[in-house]
Amino acid sequence: MEAKIDKAPPKAPEPPSRRPDYSGLIMTSLCRGATFLVGGVLVLLLFHIARHGAGVVSWDFLTKAPVEGMTAGGIFPAIFGTLAITILMIVLALPLGAFAGIYLVEYAGGGLLARLIRAAVNNLAGVPSIVFGLFGVGFFVLFVGRNIDRGLGPAGRSAIEQALGTGGGAAETGILFGQPIMLWAAATLACLVLPIIIVTTEEALSAVPQSHRDASLALGATRWQTVRDVVLPQARAGILTGAILSVSRGAGETAPILFTGCAYFLPRLPVAELFGVIPMVNPLDQFMELSYHIFILATQSTDSQATLPLQYGTTLVLVALTFMLNLTGILLRFVFRRRLARLS
Amino acid sequence: MKIDVPGKVEGARIGVVAPLGMAAPRASARPAPAASGADLRLRGGRRLRERAIELFLLANGSAAVLIIGLIFVFLFKEGLAAFRDIQPIQFIGGQENTPTYDPELDTFTETRQFALVWQPVSDSPKYSLLPLLNGSLLVALPATLISTVIGLLVGIYLAELARARVRELAKPAIELLAGIPTVIIGFIMLTVVASLVQSITHSHFRLNAFVGALGVSLVIIPVVASLTEDALRAVPEPLRLASYGLGATRWQTVSRVVVPAAVSGITAAGILGFGRALGETMIVLMATGNAALITGNILSSVRTMTATIAAELGAVARGSEQYHALFFVGATLFTITFMFNLTAEVIVARMRRRLRM
Repeated sequence: MEAKIDKAPPKAPEPPSRRPDYSGLIMTSLCRGATFLVGGVLVLLLFHIARHGAGVVSWDFLTKAPVEGMTAGGIFPAIFGTLAITILMIVLALPLGAFAGIYLVEYAGGGLLARLIRAAVNNLAGVPSIVFGLFGVGFFVLFVGRNIDRGLGPAGRSAIEQALGTGGGAAETGILFGQPIMLWAAATLACLVLPIIIVTTEEALSAVPQSHRDASLALGATRWQTVRDVVLPQARAGILTGAILSVSRGAGETAPILFTGCAYFLPRLPVAELFGVIPMVNPLDQFMELSYHIFILATQSTDSQATLPLQYGTTLVLVALTFMLNLTGILLRFVFRRRLARLS
Repeated sequence: MKIDVPGKVEGARIGVVAPLGMAAPRASARPAPAASGADLRLRGGRRLRERAIELFLLANGSAAVLIIGLIFVFLFKEGLAAFRDIQPIQFIGGQENTPTYDPELDTFTETRQFALVWQPVSDSPKYSLLPLLNGSLLVALPATLISTVIGLLVGIYLAELARARVRELAKPAIELLAGIPTVIIGFIMLTVVASLVQSITHSHFRLNAFVGALGVSLVIIPVVASLTEDALRAVPEPLRLASYGLGATRWQTVSRVVVPAAVSGITAAGILGFGRALGETMIVLMATGNAALITGNILSSVRTMTATIAAELGAVARGSEQYHALFFVGATLFTITFMFNLTAEVIVARMRRRLRM
């Protein structure tokens, strides 16, 4: 039976009824009220943070280091650390996640292996962030790190230290990689954001019309040529969206880095000069970080009331950072979907 | 039987928003890639290259499986090592010397009692998980309740009731709420909401399970709302049209046709939300007071499993008894959340199969 509705109404028709649909009216307003409540909470939250933080954030606040036992001064090291670790994180996670997404959409089909990978991705997305922290300590710091140290030997360790010009005596202590450092914190965060990147990549690739692939294959292109020259260029914006959302998520996470490299206070920036000339972020150093800084100031300081303005200032900076990133990601996705919808 | 529905254009699913990395829409309509018949005709070198690329991509794809596996292995490796020093029964409770007053002799006598205490730093450390489990549940259950109710209403509104323009504004707003770092929500709970709640309830503890639950629900509402919306949108349009055709109003259609059809998806949303609530760390660490008590009072300070790990792991020596005990707590937490995630996933998969009519 072929049912073809020619004149389907654009909206649900309200049928004539004997009495008005009171329960419907009430429930509809309840649903609307709940949505506006959630939106209202968001606005209130942002407004509150902006009102209390705006007076604190100044050029000096953004560019100076904390002084007097973190009761005054700025938050520059925390901003620097946040940027450094999220960049390192995305460098580790983006290729891995994007290639995984390409495999799932373009190669895997619906087989058992693909189902297994998808189940793993879904479950990875639901792993509590503190468990990632434990994993970072147990796997990256203690297993991978200590084994690298062992493999390098005293000579290898001191060679690396000399190249970086840091010099911490790792040849004698035997510990260079096997301790909480930025590299492991970034690696832990990379595991955490991997599902986000995979899922957004999948979504971006799936949105590319199948006919484009068919056309490319029909012209004699191999599968990889099709992916590289036809599918990926169209999906680029979508993948970028995933990367931006991941950076935002990574910048706001605290629990995974608590034990994998974050420092309460660091009198120096985690930088080094490679061979004494090339300035670079030192991934083998600890670092300060915005979200951890807020946590420390709010809960671990001796007089948390005195540093309340600093806390609000730091909060405002972190909110602004993640908010901008998320907004960019959401807008980008909106544009991307528009364009693909027009294509197909 | 496929019914072509020209109406309800905004329902055309060009993309369902995944809440920042949650369950994504799968391209179910796309045919699986054809068997590489074309590739077979390629000459040696190129064929080899194609094969190598596919293997390389497969290796990247397997990373997620590998990471989940490694989490399992290393959490349990370090966690089960706790049993070298700690009797299994000690994770439930331990004997403790408690002085009791004897009125006849007017003296204190030491009696040994079975106590459910988490007190790892003491002469005779105690590792009962029950107070921590108690704390986690006392935060996660109310948080799930609050966020399921509100998330369900929001999801229904976004999927079925809102006009396209309202939805285009409301959805990003909810996503932005989901994107706020949890440490910031914890901070606001700690500095503002806790005092507000105390002035209303006159509770003894300023920081308590209820404050934590409020904060956690802020994080979970977006999750439940988006998953509910996805579930409702997966309900085929002909069901709605049939309901309208029988004279039902819009709300009658929603409440008696669409929601019942999507009920398993909504259940899955609630389960996933509960898993998230159990795993939430920073908010509960900052807002619940962190006193490991066995209590049913929601206005009492509690200490969750997540907060215990976060608060104590930084201060313990590697390989110590407490270190392994904390990994054991982590392994327990991971197992619980893993079960919930798996359950939700199975439910969603079953629903997808059933609704693909």
